[in-house]
Parts: sequence; C-alpha cells; structure tokens
Amino acid sequence: MTDVSPHNAPSEAPAIADAPPAYVQIARMLWRDKLALCAAIFLFIVVLCALFGPMLLEDVATKQNLRGRNAPPFDFSLHWTMWLGGDALGRPLLARIIVAAQNTMMVAAGAVVCAMIIGTGLGLIAGYSNKAGSQVIMRLADVIMSFPSLLLAVIVLYMLEPAVGNLIIVLAITRIPIYLRTCRAEVLEIRERMFVQAAKVMGASTNRIVFRHILPVVFPTLVTIATLDFAFVMLAESSLSFLGIGIQPPEITWGLMVAQGRSYLTTAWWLSFWPGLAIILTTLSLNLLSNWMRTALDPVQRWRLEIARKKK
Amino acid sequence: MNHLLQVKDLSVDFHTAQGTVHAVRGVTWHLDRGETLAILGESGSGKSVSASAIMNLIDCPPGEIVSGEILFEGRDILKMSEDERRDLNGRRIAMIFQDPLSHLNPVYTVGFQIAEMMTAHGTPKSKARERTMELLKRVGIPDYENKIDTYPHQFSGGQRQRLMIAMALAMKPDILIADEPTTALDVTVQAQILELLEELQAETGMGLLLITHDLGVVAEVADRVVVMNKGEIVESGTATQVYKAPVHPYTKKLIAAVPGEGEMAQPVGGEEPILKIEGLSKAYGAFTALDSATLTVLPRETVAIVGESGSGKSTLAKTILRLEDATGGAAFYEGRDLVTMAPAELFDLRREIQMVFQDPTQSLNPRMSVFDIISEAFVIHPEILPKSEWKSKVRELLDHVGLDASHMHRYPHQFSGGQRQRIAIARALALAPRLIICDEAVSALDVSIQAQVIQLLKRLQDELGLSYLFIAHDLPLVRDFAHRVVVMQGGRIVEQGPVREIFENPKEQYTKDLLAASPHPDPEVQAERRKARMQLEKTA
Amino acid sequence: MKTFLRKRAVASAFSLIGLVILVFFLSRLTGDPTDLYLPVDASAEARENFREIHGLNDPLLVQFGRYVWDLAHFDFGMSIRRAEPALDAVLRGFAWTLQLAVITMTLVTVMAIIVGSLAAYRVGGVFDRLATFFSLIGASAPDFWIAIVAIVVFSVGLGWVPTSGTGGWEYWILPIAVLFIRPFGLILQVVRGSMISTLSSAYVKTARAKGLKNRPIIFVHALRNAMLPVITVIGDQAAALLNGAVVVETIFGFPGVGKLMIDSILQRDFTVILAAIMVTAFAIFVMNLLIDILYAVLDPRIRY
Repeated sequence: MTDVSPHNAPSEAPAIADAPPAYVQIARMLWRDKLALCAAIFLFIVVLCALFGPMLLEDVATKQNLRGRNAPPFDFSLHWTMWLGGDALGRPLLARIIVAAQNTMMVAAGAVVCAMIIGTGLGLIAGYSNKAGSQVIMRLADVIMSFPSLLLAVIVLYMLEPAVGNLIIVLAITRIPIYLRTCRAEVLEIRERMFVQAAKVMGASTNRIVFRHILPVVFPTLVTIATLDFAFVMLAESSLSFLGIGIQPPEITWGLMVAQGRSYLTTAWWLSFWPGLAIILTTLSLNLLSNWMRTALDPVQRWRLEIARKKK
Repeated sequence: MNHLLQVKDLSVDFHTAQGTVHAVRGVTWHLDRGETLAILGESGSGKSVSASAIMNLIDCPPGEIVSGEILFEGRDILKMSEDERRDLNGRRIAMIFQDPLSHLNPVYTVGFQIAEMMTAHGTPKSKARERTMELLKRVGIPDYENKIDTYPHQFSGGQRQRLMIAMALAMKPDILIADEPTTALDVTVQAQILELLEELQAETGMGLLLITHDLGVVAEVADRVVVMNKGEIVESGTATQVYKAPVHPYTKKLIAAVPGEGEMAQPVGGEEPILKIEGLSKAYGAFTALDSATLTVLPRETVAIVGESGSGKSTLAKTILRLEDATGGAAFYEGRDLVTMAPAELFDLRREIQMVFQDPTQSLNPRMSVFDIISEAFVIHPEILPKSEWKSKVRELLDHVGLDASHMHRYPHQFSGGQRQRIAIARALALAPRLIICDEAVSALDVSIQAQVIQLLKRLQDELGLSYLFIAHDLPLVRDFAHRVVVMQGGRIVEQGPVREIFENPKEQYTKDLLAASPHPDPEVQAERRKARMQLEKTA
Repeated sequence: MKTFLRKRAVASAFSLIGLVILVFFLSRLTGDPTDLYLPVDASAEARENFREIHGLNDPLLVQFGRYVWDLAHFDFGMSIRRAEPALDAVLRGFAWTLQLAVITMTLVTVMAIIVGSLAAYRVGGVFDRLATFFSLIGASAPDFWIAIVAIVVFSVGLGWVPTSGTGGWEYWILPIAVLFIRPFGLILQVVRGSMISTLSSAYVKTARAKGLKNRPIIFVHALRNAMLPVITVIGDQAAALLNGAVVVETIFGFPGVGKLMIDSILQRDFTVILAAIMVTAFAIFVMNLLIDILYAVLDPRIRY
C-alpha cells in the first residue's frame, strides 16, 4: 500500500468556494426568477398598504361624495384616489382598497401564524412522543378535517360576534391540521435520519434534538406551506365576508367590497372588479412565491441536487 | 477492421448551474462479439457516460454530445433517427443497472415488464409470455410459474437483478451493458450473478460491457479493461496486463489502494477488555435480529464484525449504544452494564463510546456548519471545555483528521464524500472517546479514499490509544485493518478469532463461502479462487 | 382488508359522534329559534306553545338524548322551517350537489391529468409555461369573484346562458365552469410536479433502455406512479365540493346542500343543519374509502 498521508486529502476533490451570506444568495436567486421577483415586490407593496394605508387614507376612504357616486374608473381629471372609480356612496375605490388591505392581511396573517405555531407544536409532539399521545392528537385533527370548515366558521361567527379576532381564531382552527400533519410526517422521517442518531449517540437531549436538529429541517417546508395557506385563508375570509358572516361594515375587507358591489353589477362593474383583482393578484403572488421557495430556498433540495451531480 | 461496437473520440459535456462539466473527453474503445470489456473507474470518472450515450439516455439539455461517433456494426448510431435508435434499444443492445429495485417499475408485475420488452419490439403477447417463463426459469427464479405475476418488491435483491437480466436478454441482444450490476449486492450473491452473466454470454455469444469500480469484479469476468479517470481513458489492455503491469500513475495508485494485500496485524496483548458483551439479544416481535452475541474488545484493539445484509451486525452496534433497547444479555463497558444503566450514568458514558456512521452525507446535519457539527459535543457536554476554547479545539480536531481548519464555517455539502467522513470522525473524536464503533464507515467511499480513511483511523489508534468495533461487509478491507474478526450470519456469531486465523484457516463453512466469494483483484489469483469455489459448491 | 375497513369505520364513527356533539351544542348557542319564527308581538302563550312542540323547553341534555335516540332509529327529525322531514330536504339538496361535484371533478381530473402530463414532458417549454401560469391564476382566483364576472360577461353582457336558477342543461354551464377553475389549477400543478419526478425516475430510464415509445413511457410507466400523490389532492378537492360549494350555489341560486346549510343556519333550522352535516360527512367517509381502495389498486405495495 502506498503511503497516503492524510494531509493530502483535500486534493481528492476541489471543495466549492465559500458561499456568500444567506441573504445575498436569496436575493440573487430571487433576481434570477423574474416572476417570483415581481410577486415579492407586489406583496411588499400590499404589506406597506396594510401597515400605513388606514393611517394615511382612513378619512379619504370613508368620506362620502354624492357627486362621485358610482363614478367610472380612469377619469384622470379627478383626485388620484378616484382613478379606479367611486363606490355607491361616492367613496374613492382605490383608497378603500388600500385601507381594506389592513383587515384582509391581518385576518389572513393572524390565522396563518396561529395555525402554524399551534400546528407545528402539536406536530412535533405527535411525531416525537409515544403512540397514545400521538393518536389523540391525530384523531383530533381528523375531526377538524372532517368538519366543513366554512360551516364551522359560519356557526362560530354566528354565535360569537364576527370581529377580526374571532375570525382569526376560527380560520386558524380550520388550518391547524395542515401544519400538524405535515410536521408530524416530516418528524417521523427525520428522526430516523442518521444525523439525529449521531446526536443521540453524543447524548443530546430530546429538546436539543427536536429544536436544533429536527425543527430547522422541517421549517422551510412549513414556511412554503404557510405561504400557500395564506392565499387559501385570504380566499376563505373573502368568502365569509362575501356571504355576510365575516367582517361587518363599516369595517371593510376586499371580500366585503366585492359583496357590496354585487348589486351594482350591471351598472357599475368596477365596484366588484377591482377588489376582486386585488385578491387575485395577492393570492397569485403568494402562489408564485411559494413555488419559488419550494425549489430554490430548500437547502435539502439543493443538497440532493448536489448528491445527484456527484453520482454522475 | 470492423468491431461490433466502437466508440470513437466521444466527448460529452453537462451544463450545470456551476458551469460546464466535461463528463468524458475523447473516449475511444471497442467491443466484439463474445468478449467482455470492463470500464473501470471511481465515482465521477465518467465511466457510465459512454454507455448512456449508446442507449440514448443522456438528457439534452443539460447533456450535450460534443464530438465523436458510436459505430454499431459500422453505422453511427448518433446519426440515426429517434425511431431507429428506439429499435436498437432492447432488441440489439440491452442494459442492466446498479439498483434493480428502483429500476423496476413498482406498480407492474415482473411478468408484464419482461414481456413488454418483447411486445415493444413486435412479439405477439402470448408468445412473449411463454418466452418470459423460459427466461425466468433460465435466470434461476424459483417457483417462476407463480412468481411471474408478482411485483418487484416481493423479490430479494439478487433475484431482482436476475429479473433485470431476464428482461435484458429477452430479445437475445448482441450487446449487454451492465452498469455496476453487483454493487448493491452481498458478495455471495455477487458471485452468483457474475457467474450467471458469464454463462449467458457463453450461450448467446453476446458482447458484454461491464461498468464497475471494483477491481475484483474486473478480475473475475473481464477479458479487456479500460481504466477511466476524470473523463479520460488513462489505460487499457487485457485484465492481467493492466493488473500486473500498470503504466499510468493513476492505475498504479488505484491498484495499490486495493485492500487485502498488506501485512495482517498481530493480536493485541492481554489486558482487561474495555468492552465485554455477553449473550446480547434483540428481538422485534417474533423476529430475532440479534441472537445472544458474545465478544470482547481490548484497549487499542480493532475488532471487525463481518457479515452480509441481515446478519445483525448493525443491530449489535445499535444495542451497544442504546439506540435500540436490547431484549436480553449484557454489555459491560469497563465492568458497568450498558444495557441496564440509568440515563444519567449513560449520559456520562456517551463521552467514552462514539460512533462513525456509514453514509457521511446523511450523518451530518445539512443545516449545520462544520464548526457547529463538531462543537455540538461541547454544547452537550459543557464540562469538557470552556466556550472560549471551542474554536481552537475544533481547529485542532480538523487538523488532526487532515482537513483544512479554515473551512470550518462551511456546510457539509461543500465537501467531498471522503472529506465528509473525516468531519464525522472529527466529531466522534471531539468527546475524546476510548471506543469508536464504525458502522460500515468506509463502504460508501471510493477505493482510494477508503484507503486514506483507514490510514487515518490507524494513525488515530496509535496516537490516541483508541479501540474500534469495525462493522463491515468487505472482507479484504478487514484483513488489513482488524486485529480480530467476528463473522456473523442471520443474527448469530458463527465464528470469531484473530485475523490471521480467520483468513488463513477458517473453520466454519459460512466463513469459507464468504472468503471464496470475495473477489481478488489479481485475475490469476481470482481464476484459482473460482476453481476453489466451484469445488466448494460441489462438496456443499 | 376487512380489519382495515373495520378500523376505518370505527375511527370515522368516533369523528362523526364528535361532530354531532359539537354541532348540536354549537347550533343551540346561536340563539332561540322562537324569536325568529314568531312575530315580535306574539303572545307568551304562543311562544310557549312553539317551544313545547319543538321540545325546546327541556334541558339541553334531554334534548340531546332525545335527538340521539331518534337518530339511532334513522329519524333525523322534522325541519322546523319546512313541513317535511329534515332528511328529505337534505337528500334532495345533496342529490343536486352530488351531480354538480361528480361532473365537475370528472372534467377536472381528466383535463388536469392530460394537460399536466404534457406540460411535464417538456419542462420549461412554451406549453409548460402557459399551463403553469394559467393553473396558478386558476388556483388563485376567488370563486365568488369569478362567478360574478362570469355572470356579468356571459349572462348579462352576451346573454349566452341564464344568470341563475335551475332548469335545462344551460343552467349547469356556469356553475360547473366556475367550480372547475380552482381544483383544475391545484390538481394540474400536483400532476405536473409528480410527473416531473416520476419521469426522471430510474424505471423510466429502464423503459427507455427497452426501446419503448414516448406514449407508453408517459401513460403506462410514469402516469400510474405519478397518480399516487395526485389522488390525495383529488380527494381533498372532491370533499370540498361535496361539503357544498356554498358560495357558488348561493350566487347561482343552485338548490344544493351548501345553500341549504347556509339557509338553515340563518333560519336556525337545527334539525336540517345536523342532518346535512351527517349526510355530507358520510359521503366524505365513503369517498375517502374509495380513494384508499384506489390507492391499493394502483400501487401493489400498499396492502391494508
């Protein structure tokens, strides 16, 4: 046998150069996918509207103006808030859409975050605890899943008052099983992986294994699902508002605006059209971003690609 | 002169995100009727690329055939139409692959899949079924009349490869390409499959192209061999020529790295054993994975546990480390029983016994940097080292295993397979253990890298006084490394003793079979072995 | 297989019991139907009489016990609002919804599989990009908005189809078209993703090495494997439709079970709500069972 000193080992294959920091990599990857970039920019604008819209435009959006009743869009001689037209009370549609972004976003974000935290927590417990505990949690999820979610929302909102907080709770409950199941399935797979075994051999505690080894691997999957789910919850909220059992006037959401415009469909289509378009564009952006995340942001995928290339 | 198949000056590029990779450059070889050509190379050498080009399996993009021609009976198949090439595939040139389970469609019966090879080329259905029966019988599938309508997952690994062979030979092709056909199989099964291939070649007179990384396989079956490295052919000639008188430095290095040639170790002197296992058992319901194993490991000793898949060797490691709870017996580490130990005491003992896993790609957390991976030991056992010294200690450990310490903030996927295994070893060393259990620690690595890692383990043993429990399926590897060898089969220890005794004077039939089945890289020695094996089969 | 069926039935029964308890008490909490059904100036006697007839005077637990007892005899009670058994009203609505769901899902499944498979075959091609983009838009569109826009354009504007109600086949076109869009977008994406991964699998490589033509490779070797993850999504979407496409049914005045549920909640017609939930839950149980059986048929590795 030849004398192979261990110190010449790095020559066996050239290591890839040091990678730039994570945020630079993410920015570069986003730049490469122009559709996802547009989606991200659009969502950023929506978030800005949600954060600052009501503060700046609340008065404009609620001020009735009889001369602007059902004013058609694209009349650029008017104030810019009227460019998308005016509603039945002459309130500027653009301003109202911007203001309504807050409620719409808040309900969706609140519900998704709550569902994700609770669902992930329960999923980790179900995946890493004994059989009995896991069975109870899974049956509970089954009950929620078998319940028509819109109906649950209707009943609860009928019982409680349809306020933002209650809406968030109801929608969160219906979405918990998604995170719970995904998280549990991933945990069951990851806990058998060799790096978890390696940590056990070193004496790592259950807490450490769950939070340091398992959760970081599951997390990107959950964030990807959450992005998609955000779109779903937004649509559900809009449906509830549309049916008249979601948020009540004078509060506004996009779904409610579509519903309010329904009676003027034949005379003033823009009342329902613009808020609907806002919903579509936002959910579309979320879908695009979620798709991009699934392929680009998941280091496990990149890791697999790496292996696949090595095998060739 | 016209060869049956001739690859001339073939170059293939792959366009990847990291830039263009020249998978093969200017490769030229030929294959004639009735002969066996082996393409030998390690991972990344491009040994499979020309076969993929022949079978039209290269995806373009990202692949691109830059230059060259592939002449089959004098016609360049790269210039043929898609339909013409489809007609050649399977009918004139057939191929079998490394991992038969994933290469067989899980949702169709094996009978359908074999018959489909014939119906795709115009054979009527009833005739195809008849011939499928014949083929199954020929490749040695027991109870083939019933098995024909079952699914791939209902067969064993060796049987699945036989099914692949049956499928490939259905149209009596002129050429059979076998891409690492025995790599995933146990040595005894490997010997049977290679034997079957040779018999079938003799019957049909087909040309056999064998792609492999294993010099032993080359010695067993190849007439001629082509050695590839980094996309180029570095050496070619008859198998004996290349083994006996390699010209290129790479070939020399490769042959030198083949284990099983070195001096066998002397037994370690009699001290108190560091690990003493008595009657250790593990059962899963009615299935006994480990049946009362008894063995000892001395300080500074390497004890190898050898066995084929399902022999219980990994279960043994897991029960010692309490990753699985034993169902019987005891494992004494310096007199304290690991099996019944309280968690707190076990936690302290974790420092003394560490493990290196088979696949470094999977045993390192992909989301942790090398520094995080190694220093995790100090996070878990904070009494070892104050935080201020972690960095210097990690640097020292990386240096120790022969890695560049400045790479400690990189992530595992930025390293090669061999380097990853070094990281895993550094992690095991971080706790300053006295016993390291290596579960197939080098089996996933190329031969030359294997040799380097074994060298590293040996050096660490000398410097740090470590003991190893070395679990492996590869006998030649064990021969060079172990002081003592334990042979396992079906959950039981069938034989154990000093390495010299096991290799030179095995007592049990199973040990003899195992030794006879493991191929030797020297074609002449291998020919002798084959005779011996035939003898053994006759007597058995 | 038998033990599997038994296990599933038991598990579903537990879910159903939980559901009944939950809905029974939740629905009682939404308010007293007396206020809704009798005029504001109704005499105390009339109110008392109404309560007595519908058994609303007894303690909740007694009401619940009575309800369960009747249920055990397949008596779902009388509708408070309508003069007919609750089950009759529900089954009538369910028949409408079932037809709508079956037609829509059949169309969705066939179209999504064909388009998705073709898109996956040439990843990154023009067809793939178009299919992906439009499926994303489809998956993002709120159905009530699509319904409204569709009515404006096709009924009011062009006058091709009626706006709402029931009648001949022309009344079905818009509801089906609107319900088609979202599941189609979602399932198409799953089909495409699943096909891409199966087309790069090792057994497809074997099929190519055998010299098979593209069509059997896609539709024999890849598709059956690719269908496994798709079936789950189809099941989810079908379940959503069976639950009643509440919004679409409301907009198009379609007398399905979804509209019935919403109306009953607003009218506090408890017996109908409970009957509707149990009927749809049972339908979903049957459908999930069919999905599981389909799994086993498609993949011989799955044995229950």
